Amino acid sequence: MKSWLTTTDHKRIGLLYFFTAFAFFLIGGIEALVIRAQLAQPNGHLVTAETYNQLFTMHGTTMVFLALMPLSASFFNYIVPLQIGARDVAFPRLNAFSYWVFLLGGLFLNASWLVGPLFHAGQLNVAPDGGWFGYANLTERQFSPGPNIDFWLLGLQILGISSLAAGFNFIVTILNLRAPGMRMMRLPVFTWMTLVTQFLVITAFPVITVALAFLMFDRFFGTHFYVSQAGATPILWQHLFWLFGHPEVYILILPAMGIVSDVLPTFARKPLFGYTVVVYSGVLIGFMGWGVWSHHMFSVGLGPIADSVFSATTMLIAVPTGVKIFNWIATLWGGDIRGTTALHFAVGFIAMFIIGGLSGVTHASPPADLQQTDTYYVVAHIHYVLFGGTIMGLFAGIYYWWPKMTGRLLSEPLGKWHFWLQFVGMNLAFFPMHLIGLLGMPRRIYTYSPELGVSDLNLVSTIGAFLIALSILLFIVNIVRTRTQGQRAGNDPWGGATLEWSIPSPPPVYNFSVIPTVANRLPRWKTEHHEPMRDPPAAPPAPIHVPGGSWWPMLAAFGLPILALAPLTHTLWIAFVGVAVLLAGIYLWAFEPFEV
Amino acid sequence: MTEHSHPTSGVYLRVAAVLVILTVLEVGIFYVPAFHPVLVPVLLVLSAAKCALVVMFYMHLKADSRVFTFLFGAPLLLAAVVMVALLFLLLGALTLRGAAGAG
Amino acid sequence: MTTHATHTSLGLDSRKMAFWAFIGSECLLFTSLISTYLVYKGRSVVGPYPHEILNIPFTSVSTFDLLMSSLMMVLALAAVQRGDMKWGKIWLFSTALLGLVFLGGQVVEFTEFVHKGLTLQTNLFGCTFFVLTGTHGAHVTVGVLWLLTLWVRALQGKLTAANAMTVEITGLYWHFVDVVWIVIFTVVYLIQ
Repeated sequence: MKSWLTTTDHKRIGLLYFFTAFAFFLIGGIEALVIRAQLAQPNGHLVTAETYNQLFTMHGTTMVFLALMPLSASFFNYIVPLQIGARDVAFPRLNAFSYWVFLLGGLFLNASWLVGPLFHAGQLNVAPDGGWFGYANLTERQFSPGPNIDFWLLGLQILGISSLAAGFNFIVTILNLRAPGMRMMRLPVFTWMTLVTQFLVITAFPVITVALAFLMFDRFFGTHFYVSQAGATPILWQHLFWLFGHPEVYILILPAMGIVSDVLPTFARKPLFGYTVVVYSGVLIGFMGWGVWSHHMFSVGLGPIADSVFSATTMLIAVPTGVKIFNWIATLWGGDIRGTTALHFAVGFIAMFIIGGLSGVTHASPPADLQQTDTYYVVAHIHYVLFGGTIMGLFAGIYYWWPKMTGRLLSEPLGKWHFWLQFVGMNLAFFPMHLIGLLGMPRRIYTYSPELGVSDLNLVSTIGAFLIALSILLFIVNIVRTRTQGQRAGNDPWGGATLEWSIPSPPPVYNFSVIPTVANRLPRWKTEHHEPMRDPPAAPPAPIHVPGGSWWPMLAAFGLPILALAPLTHTLWIAFVGVAVLLAGIYLWAFEPFEV
Repeated sequence: MTEHSHPTSGVYLRVAAVLVILTVLEVGIFYVPAFHPVLVPVLLVLSAAKCALVVMFYMHLKADSRVFTFLFGAPLLLAAVVMVALLFLLLGALTLRGAAGAG
Repeated sequence: MTTHATHTSLGLDSRKMAFWAFIGSECLLFTSLISTYLVYKGRSVVGPYPHEILNIPFTSVSTFDLLMSSLMMVLALAAVQRGDMKWGKIWLFSTALLGLVFLGGQVVEFTEFVHKGLTLQTNLFGCTFFVLTGTHGAHVTVGVLWLLTLWVRALQGKLTAANAMTVEITGLYWHFVDVVWIVIFTVVYLIQ
């Protein structure tokens, strides 16, 4: 147990991320189910309006920051070092720090469901209730006097530090720890997309840090960063938030695209079609993702020039995305297809992401968007790209890499059931939302009247949501059964092309007994140009030094929520304790002998 | 590890001297009313020069690997573009709001 | 004989690489703060206004102080790189000292401003100015702590030419903080 608390091994940290993120995914899912139960019928009264606001805010915040990002991170952690032929990431203790900060930040945020009485609230839950995007000036103290928004902004600041630290870690890892011969254009696409994602993280998160800091100053220190009467504008919040928020959605989708780019070739027994183009498209999406943010603000009145510019950039960004889709299809075309569960999810990703992308393109037109924005049409788009896209892509990765991480294969029959139930469920849940939105149902309303004419469609959507839940239950059964009954996987159950399949499942602590020298993009395959590599020997020729664990990343991590408690409870001295803990952790960490 | 030539103290002192001179020029332009029409562009150029000197010589970026230049330069460029975009988007909007007298 | 992970694909120090990435990230942080300052410039509904409050002579001295501290920093690095720990200690301490002088100047300046009626809450100039320069000042504070830590390590004999990279990275941080100040001095003080 202690070894898990002090671990600096990227594989263990990857597993910690996975199970923690999955737990938060379930919480976010339950929040969704309550929302859907409330909306199943008109004039629903399952929850109050106030609780409903907390539900959709926490559902969005949890899914984005506590589920999707960390689930992706679990693969960054476990798989990237293996794919580049490294023994670990560049900064293993910083890696552990990122995980503990994530866990503590997630707990801090979710504590708000239970601590109402401590804040003299009339009920248990004082969870954030301003939407996951927290628009000013609803979030100002005047209009949100309770601790709800404080939990939100402080929680996100904590989580931001986790992501930033990981960003620096993975950039250096991918650039500097590649095995000999692993040139950049030989990297698996998943690792490439991870690299682009980390650049987005380190550039986008500082912007939301500033936005949240301004909000914090407004709420705690009486400043007026977003207050019109002082000459300021709430639109500044929107700009700063979406300057972060749009790159964030690419942070959410690029890893899944990377996973799919690795999974498809394996189960088509064919190299990825147009590797170079797929990589460059990913890089281009990263850059262009910075140029579209105000398409979230078409109803604000930015003026015709701004609207036109952002409309154009938004339409343009569909191009590299579309290119990738054609390349994936071309990869499958003429391939020797094995219909594993992982492949099902990967193909499902392509199909669902196309639908989500199409609704996205319709948003790119400001006049069209004026009809769509703030309606369920947007909710449909979001969920097609994030659920149909990211989550399906993540499940493809889960079924693909589970044997590598655990040494056992997930059940394929159960996996297929999971896939089809989830596929049907998600389309039932989210497709009607296109119609519901265009028929006029706004977002973020806790109920609706029968006259709106969307009652039946809402019921269908709710049924779909519960089907999704059922499918997730099947997945959990699959995991549990596999622990003891799962078929044992060897090094390479799938016939994969990349380095992670050249070592045992799960890998030994040092990953590679001998660091391989890479000569091409598909080292483990025989192609017309080369023979497959020889896998590393079963045992290392000489003992391999593996760094031990450390308590200090966790200690330092604790400093952050303690620090956050100070403004939350309006008590200054707690801040000093937080800083002291943080500094103690950092100093002990800095002077601890630790050799990579 | 990579060996790069370490500059002599002389280089550092000369850079420091230039930095001081540039600062004096900046403050000078501020105080001399005749230069006010060109105040903004001149100050921007002078301070950019100071930044460049510190980055290239004190932070050794000029002599170091281009990887470091990219890691710093790409976000810097992005930041500059974002700043210009924000100024365009928000300065105009605030003027309109002020003119309309809306709160 | 154990095998350590000393191979790097680019032949560069990982810590230095991470630090340049961090500096790139900080560019976005300070740009957001500076952009907000610029966007809200001239929009304060009540005074005091910049031209009534900002003290250019005083701040010019602060700027000069910080520039000189960068010189001290780079001399400290040069000393440590050649193994001259005597001068390494002197220059490290001097850098920290000049940093403390800068912070002292900020404290004096901020106190002056408050006496003249400019606080965080007074107007947009107040909140954007204090948050921007306060964030910079917090960075300087961290830098001073960092430098003094290195100085103490040097006094304990634990800082040698072998640790020159640590000093180099400290320098990167310190110079970057100086660069940010160069921008702030120009954009906030000189361009009013």
